Amino acid sequence: MLSEGAKREIGALRARYPVAQSALLPALLRVQEELGWVPPEAMAEVGRLLDLPVEVVAEVASFYSLIFTEPVGRHVVQVCTNVSCLLSGAEAVRERVERELGVRAGQTTPDRRVTLLAVECLAACDQAPCMLVDERRYGPLTPEAAARLVRELD
Amino acid sequence: MPEPVLLRHVREPDQADIHGYERRGGYTGLRRALRELSPEQVTDLVDRAQLRGRGGAGFPTGRKWKFVPKDAPVKYLVVNADEGEPGTFKDRTLLEGDPHLLVEGIALAAYANGVRTAYVYMRREFYQARRQLEKAIAQAYERGYLGQGILGTDFSLDVYVHPGAGAYIAGEETALLESLEGKRAMPRLKPPYFPAVMGLYNKPTVLNNVETLCCVPWIIREGPEWWLEQGPPQLYSVSGHVNSPQVVEAPLGTTARELIERAGGMRGGRRVKAFYPGGTSSRPLPARHLDVPLRHEELAKLGSMLGSAAVIVMDETTDMVKVIARVCEFYREESCGKCTPCREGTVWVTQILDRILHGRGRPEDLDLLASLARNMTGTCFCPLGESVPPSLRAGLEDFRDEFEAYIRAAREPVQMPVRLHLGAPAPGG
Ligand SMILES: Cc1cc2nc3c(=O)[nH]c(=O)nc-3n(C[C@H](O)[C@H](O)[C@H](O)COP(=O)(O)O)c2cc1C
Ligand code: SF4
Ligand code: FES
Repeated sequence: MLSEGAKREIGALRARYPVAQSALLPALLRVQEELGWVPPEAMAEVGRLLDLPVEVVAEVASFYSLIFTEPVGRHVVQVCTNVSCLLSGAEAVRERVERELGVRAGQTTPDRRVTLLAVECLAACDQAPCMLVDERRYGPLTPEAAARLVRELD
Repeated sequence: MPEPVLLRHVREPDQADIHGYERRGGYTGLRRALRELSPEQVTDLVDRAQLRGRGGAGFPTGRKWKFVPKDAPVKYLVVNADEGEPGTFKDRTLLEGDPHLLVEGIALAAYANGVRTAYVYMRREFYQARRQLEKAIAQAYERGYLGQGILGTDFSLDVYVHPGAGAYIAGEETALLESLEGKRAMPRLKPPYFPAVMGLYNKPTVLNNVETLCCVPWIIREGPEWWLEQGPPQLYSVSGHVNSPQVVEAPLGTTARELIERAGGMRGGRRVKAFYPGGTSSRPLPARHLDVPLRHEELAKLGSMLGSAAVIVMDETTDMVKVIARVCEFYREESCGKCTPCREGTVWVTQILDRILHGRGRPEDLDLLASLARNMTGTCFCPLGESVPPSLRAGLEDFRDEFEAYIRAAREPVQMPVRLHLGAPAPGG
């Protein structure tokens, strides 16, 4: 299920640590870059590459909110809803984006285009209210600007 | 006001490039240390500069380094770049704007502590910061500041960036080490697991915050006396209802009033109601404390703390019940579930706050919140759970009238408005 490139990279990650299990989070994130999420078969494969029982892989994966153990959309939008953003209008941004996408935070659009997440402080309160669209950060946002950003995603 | 030190070059477009960094004096601290100073002397300089950790606990850095056993054959350096405390964004600012400053700080800390391997644990959301730092690390290897036989000496060091995956608790040092070992980020018992003696893979481990390590090159370059004369320099993340939220560098002990001024003053010229001085884990203070020096000692006297020096400013229109409810909800969401007072306390507290907010509050709820705050103090396994009572206490003591107003309104037949105003929108928002 994983590409040869991903397997090679996970092997290289493993070599950075004296203990193979340390490579688990970076490996899962590498899988996620390739597949968008971490399906059970990929967990088994990572387990084989790092000599870990699949139960350990699954248990660790489930702890972290940014390891997706269920399918997500082609894009992941993370709207910050913590205090500094809240003080600057994050609720209106979140509501506007929810309306634009027709889903609530925590859900994926039926066409699998976007998964919307309401998240905690992104350490970018100087750009409040802000959000991450995949790997890019935007802010300060107006509700309209946020809606436009998600509308333009393919 | 002295010239900024830590932020001096963050806005130079080529500062993240090694040539720009070197041209402005970069890596002279490391050169000096490797040529003239023993590892112990480096630690002594840091000690004399009275550097205190900038991650939250404020522990003296020199003293922390002296706990690390000298003769241990294997030791690690771990950099805390998880920056999760709400309101805090200074580490990201340093990483994005001046990543070589951290690389030089890492090299100096590794030299001082006899470390050969360093890991930078960085929260996943820091995509830009990670690219900047990885490029800086690669350049530093090329120029011989990292790798085998650094600058022709027998000092060698490898540095790796390790991604987190979305867990605030992973910023707590022992939980971070668990996470770095590929496990769930759950705190370890201290003692015996003090990182300096039993850290990563149970080996002695120096663990420091990004900003802490970024102070070190300056201290070694210019000396501890100079460092202290500069303030000492402290980064305050100023956000909320100010005109230009930003990282302000100011001498340690600057007041909130001055910091607000530096961040462009209050939005719409409104008055301050309250501010968090050290992130949401600190006790928020009412406006009458605007002239208190934001320093460890003074803030401790007020039952608050400097923490990560994240100053979140709230104006007179702010609904404190709503803010405090949001803060408690954050800790409920991020509780790792290991201990009962935190796992269950955060659920109860947020349930009560939620019903107060939604017009279903009862007169006895305030006593209930006070007793929950008491029961969560001194009983939690790690400081995350202990971060809830300070906000609650401030709510019940300094902003009690706002809570009472909600509860009174709930008992009157008139319906509460469902949406409550939470302060002014952002410029243009
Ligand atoms: C719940 C919790 C979260 C924390 N998050 C961070 C963080 O994101 N970054 C950080 O540097 N320190 C954080 N800390 C503090 C660390 O445990 C530790 O004290 C610090 O990284 C040590 O570095 P310093 O001495 O240089 O400050 C956190 C502590 C707790 C209890
Ligand atoms: S206080 Fe909370 S975060 Fe800390 S160990 Fe207990 S449950 Fe986990
Ligand atoms: S509260 Fe939104 S980035 Fe900090």
